[in-house]
Order: sequence, then C-alpha cells, then structure tokens
Amino acid sequence: MFYREAGQYKKTYSADMAVFPILQDRIGIGLILATAAIIIPIFGSNFFISTVMIPFLVFSLAAMGLNIVTGYTGLISLGTGAFMGVGAFACYKLTTYFPNVNIIIWILASGVFSAAIGALFGLPSLRIKGFYLAVATLAAQFFLEWCFVRVPWLFNYNASGAIEVPQRTLFGVAITGANATPTTRYLVLLGIVVLMTWVASNILHGRIGRTFMAVRDMDIAAELMGIRLLPAKLTAFAMSSFYCGVAGACMMFLWYGGGEASDAFNINQSFNILFMVIIGGLGSLIGCFFGAALLNIVPIILKFGLPAMGLPLAGATAEHINHLFVGSLIIFFLIVEPHGLARLWQITKQKLRTWPFPY
Amino acid sequence: MNAMNQSEFRQDIAPGETLLAVDNVTLRFGGVKAITDVSFDIRKGEVRAIIGPNGAGKTSMLNVINGFYHPQEGRITYRGQTRSKMRPHVAASQGIARTFQNVALFKGMTTLDNIMVGRTLKMRTPFFWHLFRHGPAMREEIEHRKFVEEIIDFLEIEHIRKVPVGKLPYGLQKRVELGRALAMQPELLLLDEPMAGMNLEEKEDMCRFILDTKDQYGTTIALIEHDMGVVMDLSDRVVVLEYGQKIADGTPDEVKKNQKVIDAYLGVAH
Repeated sequence: MFYREAGQYKKTYSADMAVFPILQDRIGIGLILATAAIIIPIFGSNFFISTVMIPFLVFSLAAMGLNIVTGYTGLISLGTGAFMGVGAFACYKLTTYFPNVNIIIWILASGVFSAAIGALFGLPSLRIKGFYLAVATLAAQFFLEWCFVRVPWLFNYNASGAIEVPQRTLFGVAITGANATPTTRYLVLLGIVVLMTWVASNILHGRIGRTFMAVRDMDIAAELMGIRLLPAKLTAFAMSSFYCGVAGACMMFLWYGGGEASDAFNINQSFNILFMVIIGGLGSLIGCFFGAALLNIVPIILKFGLPAMGLPLAGATAEHINHLFVGSLIIFFLIVEPHGLARLWQITKQKLRTWPFPY
Repeated sequence: MNAMNQSEFRQDIAPGETLLAVDNVTLRFGGVKAITDVSFDIRKGEVRAIIGPNGAGKTSMLNVINGFYHPQEGRITYRGQTRSKMRPHVAASQGIARTFQNVALFKGMTTLDNIMVGRTLKMRTPFFWHLFRHGPAMREEIEHRKFVEEIIDFLEIEHIRKVPVGKLPYGLQKRVELGRALAMQPELLLLDEPMAGMNLEEKEDMCRFILDTKDQYGTTIALIEHDMGVVMDLSDRVVVLEYGQKIADGTPDEVKKNQKVIDAYLGVAH
C-alpha cells in the first residue's frame, strides 16, 4: 500500500535506468545511511560498534568482492581470504615506507596490489570452469598463505610474525592503532564501504556489469557478441580482488588492529565469505550485506545473547552450535531458495507492492 | 592473419554482390567428416537458406562461418577478405551476428539487458567513467538504450522489457534472441532454426520479422530451417546439404524439382 510505484512516471531513459527507480527505495536508502552514519555512532555502545558493526561492514565488503567474480561472472573462487591478506600486507608495507601519506589512501591503494595478484591467479579461468577453477584458486590461497608466514619481509621482520598496526591520523584524529576509538574507526570504515558499494553498483549496472553477466550466463553467446572472454574474466578477477584487498586492509587496520595473518586470512575465511555470498544471494549487491549480517550476527547472538538471557553456554559450545547453525542454514538455502536472502527480499518487495491485494 | 589473408577488407558491398563465399570447405572431427568440400556464396541483401536432413552439417557450416570451428581445408571470403580461421569475437566485430538452434540467451538478465549486450561492441567509454555512471558513460548508455528501444519496438516485445528472459515462453525467447543479434547491426545475420518448436502464429510472426529485418536494415540473412513452406517462401536461394556434401544449390523452385533433394528428403528405394 505504501510501497508502490504507481504514479511515478519515468520521462527520461536516465530516470528509468536509475539504480533505485522507486521513490520509496530512495527514501529507504537515505534512512539506512542516516542510521548508519548518525544514530549508530551516537547511541551505539563501543561493544556494539566494535563487535557487530565493524565486522559486518568488513565482511560485506569482502562478500561484495567475491560476489563480483562468483555471483556476477560465474567463476568460483576460493582464494578470497588470501586476496584479503594481500591487501592487508600491501597496506602495511605501504604505510611503513610512506608513513606521511594518509592511511585511507593506502587502504584503497592496497586493493591495486591485490587486484594484480588476483588477475594473475585468474588466468586459468579461461581454460577451466567450475570445480576445477575452484581448485586452481585454492592453489592461490595456499601459496599466498605460505608467503604470509614464510616471507618475513612482508611483516617487517617482526619476531611475532604479526602485523603491528601503527597509529595513523586523519585531521589529527587517530583512526588506526591503539588510540583510535571504535566510533572513529567505524565511521572511516563506513565511508569506505559506502563509497565502494556506490562504485560497484555503478560498474555493475553498466556495460561492464552486463559483460560479466553475459559471460556467466552463456559464454559462447557472449563471445559472439564480441566480448573477449579472457579480458572480461580477468577484469572480473581484478575487480573482485580489489574489493577483497581493501576489505583485508580494513580488517587489519580498522578492526583487528594487528594480528597474525595466518589466522585472519586462512582458508576458513575464504569459505566463510563464500557462505555469506551464497546465503546472501549470488549476483546481488544487497545480498552481500544480508549474508554478512546473518553470518556475523548469529554467532554474536549465540555467544553473548543467550548467556544474557540466562541460558548458560560455554564458549566452546557456542562455537559448536554456531557451526551447526551455519551448516544447516546453507543446506536450507540451497534447497529452498538458491538465490538467497536477496531473492526473499525481492519477493517481499513484490508482495508489498501489491498488498493488500493478492496480485 | 596469415599471408593468404592480405586481400582487402571491403566496407561497401553493393546489393547483389557476393558478401560471403565459402570455397571447398572440409571440416573433420577426428575421423568424422562433418562437411566435405562444400562451396557456396551469399550475396548481399538476399535470404539464403541452408537446408538438409538432420546431421547434414548445416549448423557446423554456420559455426565455420562465424569462427567457432576451424575447417581443415578450404577458404572463406567475407567482404573481399579471405581467411581460413577466425575467432568468434573478430567475426562479431566484422558484422556477423547469429542466433542459436537451442536458445542461447543470458538467462539471468532482463530482455533489455540481453539486447543491450548486443551493443557492447559499439560502446567505447573507458573504464574510468563507469566508476561514476555519469558523464560519457551515461550518455553512451542512453544513446544505445534509444537504439535498443527501437529494436524492442520493432519486435513488439515492449511488455517484457524488464522480465528476466529465463521466465519467458520459448517463442518470445527466440524473438529476444533475434533482437540481441539485430542490436549488433550486423551485415550478415545467421539464423539457426529460428522457427523450431513454434506454433503457426509464432512462425508467421517470425517470418514477418525476418522479412522486415531484410527490408528495414538491409541485412543479409543466412537461414537454417526445417519448415519447407517457410524456406520456400522466404528465401531467395537455397543450398541443400546431405551427409556434409552439397547436393543442390539454386532458387527454391529449382531445388524443389531436384531429384537428389527429393530423394534426400523422402528417401529412395534401394
């Protein structure tokens, strides 16, 4: 009744091609952005911001990266964790060599290194598809993970083998390192995620996005339309790795504040993000946020929410229940709604559009 | 391009001149000969039908023309340029478009997006502008959208503009596929059984679209079709293949009277 496009006439093609052609959608996005940028920083506790919101945004960004290559281009990648790691290390090396350049620039630039590595490991995708490509990207995961541990130059020859995030400031306010408050880190991260989501949406709605989807849906016909498969697939890999790299840099600098790469960027992380993409919805940007929210918030509820309600759950039990839950969720979604939460959202919107009438 | 292909690529070919010539093409898959020593030509502005019983090598012939298969022997001359092999995307950039026997649409995309993909080759804006979807990128997008809307209007598929093509009935999918090929503004359009599996009404619609395409856009059409009524009505000249060999070539009337063709279709007592 309230969500309806009736009466909103499109008079130009640009109005018709807008990302949010319906007024209510634009209002909704505005409200969400206002909540995220104003209400959460003011009213959210430090605990909420640092354990719920920051991981959620980092994972959304990483899921977006994987979705570009897997959801939009149809190439399965299991190297997400490693590509995130490349971003984190690139950012670390860059900011140690050039400490005076703003860290936000380095976080974004670290994606370039990740994109180059991603395109390199994307080369086999011309010849192999499906599971075999997944195995080839798995090689990237293992090789890069090995590098993270065995090449001491990457972590500046620290005895601990961990990245130690230095303090960096923006307009005199600490945004990384021990002195940065969760709220400032959250706001910086939010800015990066909003910017990159906007750019991803622009790219995916245009010629390049159509090229990706054409390759995914029918590569023979795509070739016949004049799309060269290798450049298209490598662009997808590079763009995907760019997003993963930035997500990795954000993870290290704005969330973890330092740590061992072998823990943060291992194969489990790759799978974790793949699950987010599958549950959220392949080939959907909003699905990335849904998937990240679900897989990020459920563990937190199990870990902190249930004990608070008086259900005693030891740390290990919560962990096990979490695994059980995620596993069954994936099976559930693969059977019931292979297109994930994003499709459920679409169906809901369609229902809302016609409500209170059945059609 | 090897030394043999030095001949000039011609932009302008008058109607009636040879647009594409296939000379002594032989295509083998291991020991199986799909096409044996076939030669024919396609003139600009005509509807050229390729017919023959199942397995005669018709689709293989189209695949040779647009570069999916590389024949072992023989040459193909397109717009005055001779070649023995070619990549499909190069064929596309030289103006050869095609539809498939079993619909090869991009199932997850809308009708509009499918046809827009056909415009990919005409789009030139650098990557940078696509980051913002403003300025040149948006102008280009709108300009091509206008062209695509003309095709949508031409094919009478306005009502399914924003429907994912996977959900469309078969007849409409075929129509969208034709639209996607037309969006490329091809010089030569290869149609592989555009009317397979359609009812009479849909077939008539499709015939109308093919003839209109020829008249309105001046497109040369090579057509594979099993419905003999359609073939005889639509085409200017027909080439008949059987077991990979050419058995007849000529106007529909000549071909209809050819004893070999009658034998091939009706069978012959041994």
